[in-house]
Amino acid sequence: MKSIDDYAPVAGEDVIDHLRQISAPLKGLKVVHVNSTKVGGGVAEILDRIVPLMQELGIDTRWEVIKGEETFYECTKSFHNALQGQFASVSDSLLKTYERTNQENAEALRPVLEEADVVFIHDPQPLQLLKSTPNRRGKWLWRCHIDLSHPYRPIWKYLREFARGYDASIFSLADFAQPLPHTQYLVPPSIDPLSDKNIELTPRMIRETQDQFYIDPERPMILQVSRFDRFKDPVGVIRAYRLAKRFSPGLQLVLAGGGASDDPEGNIVLNEVREEANDDPDIRILLLPSDAHRSINALQRAATFIIQKSIKEGFGLTVTEGLWKGKPVIGGDTGGIRLQIIDHHTGFLVSTPEGAALRIRYLMRQPGKAQEMAIKGKEFVRQNFLITRHLREYLSIMVAIIHGHEDRVEF
Amino acid sequence: MDSTNGTNLPFVVRDCALVAVSTGKQAQNLRELRDHMLNIHEGSIYYHFWGGLLQARFDDPQFNNDFANWSHYRLHDNILAERLAVIDPTDFDDLEAMRRELVEVLDQRLDEVDRPAWVPIDRQFHFIRSQIVVFDTGWRIEKPESLPDLVSKMSVGSIFYHVVDARVRYPKGADDFRAWLGGFGDRFKPVCARLAAVDPNFMTLVELRRKLATVLRMGFGEAQK
Repeated sequence: MKSIDDYAPVAGEDVIDHLRQISAPLKGLKVVHVNSTKVGGGVAEILDRIVPLMQELGIDTRWEVIKGEETFYECTKSFHNALQGQFASVSDSLLKTYERTNQENAEALRPVLEEADVVFIHDPQPLQLLKSTPNRRGKWLWRCHIDLSHPYRPIWKYLREFARGYDASIFSLADFAQPLPHTQYLVPPSIDPLSDKNIELTPRMIRETQDQFYIDPERPMILQVSRFDRFKDPVGVIRAYRLAKRFSPGLQLVLAGGGASDDPEGNIVLNEVREEANDDPDIRILLLPSDAHRSINALQRAATFIIQKSIKEGFGLTVTEGLWKGKPVIGGDTGGIRLQIIDHHTGFLVSTPEGAALRIRYLMRQPGKAQEMAIKGKEFVRQNFLITRHLREYLSIMVAIIHGHEDRVEF
Repeated sequence: MDSTNGTNLPFVVRDCALVAVSTGKQAQNLRELRDHMLNIHEGSIYYHFWGGLLQARFDDPQFNNDFANWSHYRLHDNILAERLAVIDPTDFDDLEAMRRELVEVLDQRLDEVDRPAWVPIDRQFHFIRSQIVVFDTGWRIEKPESLPDLVSKMSVGSIFYHVVDARVRYPKGADDFRAWLGGFGDRFKPVCARLAAVDPNFMTLVELRRKLATVLRMGFGEAQK
């Protein structure tokens, strides 16, 4: 288990002191984070570290995961897609399942939720817990990790009624915030530099992973790590690879994805991707278990460049991870990717497979430029997107919300 | 006891963190930018001038405020960007005076252009404000002469609070170091003069900290002569 002091060599000693001081008035507070999956996806990864760090700072912090049957996740997956702008038809019976599941979970978690001083509800799956906890005494925050900039209105209209009751909400970007009758904080997510997914690896470990997945270390490789989800456009990545390969015949492509227990659509998209790949021997489609963090880390470090050609993206932690490993990243011009890829400085923003292919070709021909981007990108992440910054903002919000949302809180 | 209000009291080192808050107001063109500017929360003007120092931002900005950046990169109106960029917060007594100047610049530009440019919805300007959480680090500085060494050990949050945020708290852009040193009479006038000349724009807080340490060292050297 990593201690908060272990972050000092990476983030800076002053950053750690800062965390200790800002958390002083929060010592002993009961804080609960609630989400819908313990493994898989960026939210679970962040909570996996934020929760122990908050505990170490003296805050009595718990992480609870709601449970539901398959139809519940079918419903919340539709919510997820709809909130990101896709049409979704959710039947009344699914909505009833959603509400019933939340009520059941509220019942199971009742003592914890009622006693908590601060409750963080992550994403729409457990959103309705607030309504089912009428005797709550603490402050409740809805942490929305999704790109809510253009939601499919009927679904948002339904969920908004649950969101309205919260004391505050937290969005990753200003573009994602929707009008709500409470304070809306803006907090980009982060990566943990000491996690298995981001920790430094030896060249030998990287080589072993290349061997394991039959990746030729002598040839360039581009990598996209993401769930097999249409918003991540894995099919578009294959098209970009094909266009670029005409100019760089040795190019290899790795599409590495993990499943998440709350994503039933993954298999359908995975089949579409396999069909598009058409048994190309230089394309590796890897379906990795959700705990394959070291393998993902090694693949990212083995990659020549990272690609994240999403057409919709909450934040895009794989972009942060790629930049942290000193790789230029070619990313879709959407959502939080724009906050991380400073066009022509830390990578390139693209809108089409053709655009991605063009940038792959450019970086292949300009290794000096690629190196320059790599250095800038890593430093940019160090200053802005490490978990220590994320934790600081959660602590600051807790202090602010306990002091009644004043513009200036002094203690 | 506050560090900034009396003679010979120790300097109280504080630290701070900013949290960004959405105002829910957006502008898709110059006129909308101007209309919102008329009555946007003044914390939003603060945030768009200074917030970038403590929040996620690429460290190579061409302009010293978000309004100028947006005019350049999104509206592609370089004339407006240059006029907005030249606005120096230290020239104004408070944020309201700065707001009036911003509105003046935007009105002038609206007079000049026939059709204000539009941007797509995903490129609009989001007015963000911030909440600042300030805390006492427990650290006290007794002797002014130790400032140069101690400033270089302060966190970037402390530098932000005592130098950048202070410019909003004091009229005409003073800072906490000058306020404290001023309590010792004219003894440290050369130090204060050098501090007054430090422009926190176009540098990161780490660079600003380095600059302050250098300036203080030189100023105290002069004061001892």
